[in-house]
Amino acid sequence: MTRRARSMAPAYIILVIASFLSVFPLYYMAVGATNTSMDVTSGRLIPGTHLVENFKSLISNQNLGVAMWNSLRNSTVITLLTLLICSIAGYGFEIYHDRRKDKLMSILLLAMMIPFVALMVPLFRMFSGWNMINSWIALVLPAISTPFMIMLFRQSARSFPHDIIEAARLEGLSEIRIFFQMFIPVMKSTYGAAMTVTFMNAWNNYMWPRIVLQSNDSITMPMLVANLKSGYVVDYGMLMLGVLICTLPTAIIFLCLQKSFANGITGAVK
Amino acid sequence: MSRKGKLTLERKLSLTGWAFLLPATLLILIFSFYPMVQAILLSLKAGRGAQAHYALTNFTRLLQDQTFRQCLFNTIFYFIVQVPIMLILALVLAVLLNNPRLKGKAIFRTMIFLPCATSLVSYSMIFQSLFSTNGFINVLLTGLGLEPVRWLEQAWPARIVIVIALIWRWTGYNMVFYLAGLQNIESSVYEAATIDGASPVQQFFKITVPLLKPTILLTAIMSTAGTLQLFDESMNLTSGGPGKATMTIAHYIFETSFVMTPNFNYSAAMSVFILVSVAILSAIQMKIGDKRD
Repeated sequence: MTRRARSMAPAYIILVIASFLSVFPLYYMAVGATNTSMDVTSGRLIPGTHLVENFKSLISNQNLGVAMWNSLRNSTVITLLTLLICSIAGYGFEIYHDRRKDKLMSILLLAMMIPFVALMVPLFRMFSGWNMINSWIALVLPAISTPFMIMLFRQSARSFPHDIIEAARLEGLSEIRIFFQMFIPVMKSTYGAAMTVTFMNAWNNYMWPRIVLQSNDSITMPMLVANLKSGYVVDYGMLMLGVLICTLPTAIIFLCLQKSFANGITGAVK
Repeated sequence: MSRKGKLTLERKLSLTGWAFLLPATLLILIFSFYPMVQAILLSLKAGRGAQAHYALTNFTRLLQDQTFRQCLFNTIFYFIVQVPIMLILALVLAVLLNNPRLKGKAIFRTMIFLPCATSLVSYSMIFQSLFSTNGFINVLLTGLGLEPVRWLEQAWPARIVIVIALIWRWTGYNMVFYLAGLQNIESSVYEAATIDGASPVQQFFKITVPLLKPTILLTAIMSTAGTLQLFDESMNLTSGGPGKATMTIAHYIFETSFVMTPNFNYSAAMSVFILVSVAILSAIQMKIGDKRD
């Protein structure tokens, strides 16, 4: 073994252990989804044959289709609106910046410090006053404008060449069309990162949906998973299958978009 | 004439900018700042209906509430133990991954980040199953000839399970921020240091940590705010138990607002407490982070 290779050995050992510990609980979950409740708790680590039974008890126990549809619809609507509203705001703050806009931006950034728990009671009273409890609008409205996302797009607009804007103006393009036809296509990787983060947060959110969605028809996937635990006897095989189904969409999105996610975050940290 | 035309064009552009940022600004004003003011007003109100008046009774009640004290203790414990361990771990992993001679970088990074793709409810369920009394961890301990632990039925073991779960879920997330920050440090800086005879440990403390300061500050502030509002883990992993031994303040606010007989004024007082704590801790962290050595 060369000296150089030996000096790298501790790094590999630490990274292998860290990777193993990161993936193991997920492996345990995936295997658990194919085993009986007994096998899951006794620590069986090889795939079993109970997947179909677990799926049958899951759909007889909970309304999986409704939860899946609600989660998909809510998360998609939140993601699309967040990208649109925050990116156009970030663009506006940067491209047309002046002293007053910069000042407003620094005030908006303070909202990053407000913990959501501090807002949940007033928000709940606000939406119940508007008779919007159980409506997905109550879920969407507080989620679609975040200072973090505005900052991310403002940062990326900083690297957007002004020559493009000037040239487009000379050709008579309106300001809004410059944004849609020039800015959005160039900033694909920022949109990819923003999409990954927003979709994951929207999909995984539990507290606010739990407060504002109180009817069985508006249940989301994380709420469904939490419901699987209530009851006297927990069927761990079924629970792990529920967890697996709830995790798949975000895991797939992350694995597909991780390259642009990393690039987008790099842009934000700069 | 041409001057006037230029002015109106500038005005037009400025107005276009305002129009672009208006929807996002209004949404933040209506759904963040306005409810924040409401929470403060609510917390200062006592009595119901016609007897409602402004008083500090909600806050004096906070000081005497045993459950609140317990939740405050738990939340501080999670904050003090988990945040430093997680951030140091994330920084070490990021530095190891940033080594240009390392092979299989992308695979390691993906695996370590993967826990972040699971929802908070989901991973709470996985850890609850792993650490249940007849669960996998105890089977493992017995197999190694050790005594099994009743993890979720005792106060301290249950708190430790929450800390382990939090570290598992968030280390990779913070690591990605550090990796991004490390990419902005020129590799020539390290080469020069190596030529000058600086050891890797010296390079870590003299180059990496100072240059990453803004990113470390960002992650420290995000983790502080996140830990002080911890909810899902307390609710789903331990249900706040045994007793109230692992319950967080956010969980207690949820209980007083939506589970027990609702007392919005009192829960608003608790949320104002968190609001002020986050503001103070962030200010302290910014002050420390701003110091030039």
